[in-house]
Amino acid sequence: MTTTTPILLASTTLLLLTLGIGLARAMIGPSLQDRMLSVQLMGTGGVALLLLLSPLLAMPALIDVALVLALLASVAAAALTRREIDDD
Amino acid sequence: MTEFLGTVFILIGLAFFAAGSIGLLRLPDLHSRLHALTKADNLGLGLICAGLALIDGGALNAVKLFLVWVLVLAASAASAHLIAQQALRQGGK
Repeated sequence: MTTTTPILLASTTLLLLTLGIGLARAMIGPSLQDRMLSVQLMGTGGVALLLLLSPLLAMPALIDVALVLALLASVAAAALTRREIDDD
Repeated sequence: MTEFLGTVFILIGLAFFAAGSIGLLRLPDLHSRLHALTKADNLGLGLICAGLALIDGGALNAVKLFLVWVLVLAASAASAHLIAQQALRQGGK
């Protein structure tokens, strides 16, 4: 397409690798909060990934999808920390 | 020229994302991990948004990208405080 297409593709791949590295904390993290931090990283990184994909795929609607993902990531953290029952 | 500038912004943003991930893996306790994640990643996302706004052009697109960033900032700050408060309540370090 344009001159920036290969750069955007490379950026998307690098970002995905970065998120994969960060996901290791979800496996080894000793406490529940550490795993939640990893989910938080996936939320922010997923937003960035969708924003990068939007010009690549020529789909402007992906920016709206990124908005929804940003909202849902924070809802997950609130649901984890504000529950009444401690089962861990 | 604007495309070059946008590319530079996106690459710097990727570096911040990498720093956040490495910090999440290597820092010793929960609160320092929280610190690494919620600051570095949001700055990286802001830089990527700025770069994409420069590359894509269009004022409406730029405003939307800015709104995405502001929403992520607010959500991430709120959830960082919630997680830190819960960790303190449970008496962990």
